[in-house]
Amino acid sequence: MTMVTESPVRESVLSLTGVNKRFGAVQVLTDIHLEVGAGEVVALVGDNGAGKSTLVKIMSGVYQPDGGDIRFDGRSVSVPGPAQAQAMGIATVFQDLALCDNLDVVANLFLGREKLVGGVALDEVAMENEAWRLLRSLSAKIPSVRLPIASLSGGQRQTVAIARALVGDPKVVMLDEPTAALGVAQTAEVLNLVERLKEQGRGVVLISHNMADVQAVADRVVVLRLGRNAAEFKVAEASTEALVAAITGASDNVVAARAARHEGEKNDG
Amino acid sequence: MADVQDATPGVPADLLDERLIQNEGLAGYAKVFWNRLRGGELGSLPVVVGLIAICVVFYAQDPRFLSSYTLVSMTQFAAPVGIISLGIVLVLLLGEIDLSVGSVSGFSAACMAVFVVDHGHSMFLGMLVGVAVGATIGLVYSLLYLKLGVPSFVFSLAGLLAFQGGLLYVLGDHGTINLPSDSGLVQFAKFGFVPDLLAYVIVAALVLASLGLQLVGRARRAKAGLSTGSLGLLLVRSALLAVGLLWLTSYLNVDRGWSYLWVLFAALVVVLDLLLRKTRWGRHLFAVGGNEEAARRSGIRVGRIYLTVFVGCSTLAAFGGLMSAGLLTSVSQSSGTTDTNLTAIAAAVIGGTSLFGGRGSAYAAMLGIIVLQAIQTGLNIVNVDSSVRFIVTGGVLLLAVAIDSVSRRARTSSGRG
Repeated sequence: MTMVTESPVRESVLSLTGVNKRFGAVQVLTDIHLEVGAGEVVALVGDNGAGKSTLVKIMSGVYQPDGGDIRFDGRSVSVPGPAQAQAMGIATVFQDLALCDNLDVVANLFLGREKLVGGVALDEVAMENEAWRLLRSLSAKIPSVRLPIASLSGGQRQTVAIARALVGDPKVVMLDEPTAALGVAQTAEVLNLVERLKEQGRGVVLISHNMADVQAVADRVVVLRLGRNAAEFKVAEASTEALVAAITGASDNVVAARAARHEGEKNDG
Repeated sequence: MADVQDATPGVPADLLDERLIQNEGLAGYAKVFWNRLRGGELGSLPVVVGLIAICVVFYAQDPRFLSSYTLVSMTQFAAPVGIISLGIVLVLLLGEIDLSVGSVSGFSAACMAVFVVDHGHSMFLGMLVGVAVGATIGLVYSLLYLKLGVPSFVFSLAGLLAFQGGLLYVLGDHGTINLPSDSGLVQFAKFGFVPDLLAYVIVAALVLASLGLQLVGRARRAKAGLSTGSLGLLLVRSALLAVGLLWLTSYLNVDRGWSYLWVLFAALVVVLDLLLRKTRWGRHLFAVGGNEEAARRSGIRVGRIYLTVFVGCSTLAAFGGLMSAGLLTSVSQSSGTTDTNLTAIAAAVIGGTSLFGGRGSAYAAMLGIIVLQAIQTGLNIVNVDSSVRFIVTGGVLLLAVAIDSVSRRARTSSGRG
């Protein structure tokens, strides 16, 4: 088991240093560090209330951090809102997917970013073509893009949501619990999508409670506990037990001890 | 789009999935149609069936029901409430309701009448004032909704009462204000009929425009390597539309012909339908009606959609009220009272606009108002008491909503949302 807190070999696309966030009297995030490289899948795990969702919301511009530095593509940036995050190249697929059941796949993919022909009318042809291109790039199994979302399965909806995140050709895609509500086959489908995103050279932040999923696709696992970086593993070298121990914070465990020691060193230095 | 096509050359890019059931030819379309019905995608079929039933029943009672004269009057008198109903369709698409459209129509018409008759301003200015009154009311509604979070049911119920009071106040001790019969509004709404020849020209232009647009759309899809529907079906449909409209025109021309009022209504329906289906605004409106949170996260300015819809609804209500005043040549204390209100809402729902938001079309208002006007005219011809009229209208409304609810359940169970 090795700690990989040294700066990663790869060029990092998105990096957070010393991010803090407070809600009233509660310090939700304390001095969070996170690096996401191009073509790298970083799993963000932790117990409920560990601060995963808050961190994702900060990266996607929903919340503003109280302190700390966010670097994207080597530049220090601020993410004032979801639209700006998207424009910058950070796409987020939220847990509830946020799709409109009454609209078809094409309409959902381009919602809020419709292509126009002649400045007024919707360019359905261009959008449909682009929709097929996106879905095929994910090897997605959607029978027809003119079906309303309501008639798709959970995995297909997740696929549409992920495809929608790709419309602006983002550099980083964040997936919030993409497999939480899915069956075995559909979970596998979504994990395939994650690998496809990685192949395309995008950075992926994957939030999951499912250790099997995390170990299946992630390169690195970042463990949050009570709003702090609790540990970081290379997935190849981490056992499920070690992950679970880091998540739950079992105190008689070498990971927690090392993490605490490392934190101390860093603060001293 | 060669990269899309390379999997199986010759098959359109959107028909590659092997699970897609391929339906070609007329038999295929019949099958698709049948599957849709079973899946609760009833569309306008129940209304059309209902309308045919109504026609058969009343025609059996009194053949005058389907005479040119009756049909001309029917369309003319249906138009003002139809215009109001268009606004209701917009509001229903968002899953909201506006109970005050009748009162707003009466109040706006009264403002116009006082402005024109009592203060001697021109009719054009008067109508501008009337429409502005409607738009302002819609603006206030949307502020109430967006800034204070008052439910639309409540503020429109308040509006229903308040603007009925407003109507009485504006009319003062007049009771009734008669519009000068030589004014443009009355000439247009009451005495305006499309000349025979012009009517045919309009119908032909309409059919050709629709056919042309569809052919252009087909060509663009074919060029992009996407599937195109059957050309034969398209031509058959256009031919049927042309024959149907031309025959109807010739039948109505036996009497006075199409009223300008109805043509105006039809034009509004077509424009609104295009706005809803082909523009960003329409797409966003459906999105907000389907899943407001999703729409917001997609960067749609949800508040702006609500604003345009509430303003649009009240403006259309006011405009319908003006047309109604022109048709009746007067504004009275009973202008736009409960009858108008509920007829407008019932028409939108009967025509197939879902009360649950996100489903419906501009044509719903037209279909619905034809059904209701047919019932009303029929009962008048058969000379039954107005008590029966209310009961029947109520029954039809209940039936329509029941069909909506049942088909919604069928849609859910067959995955059509």
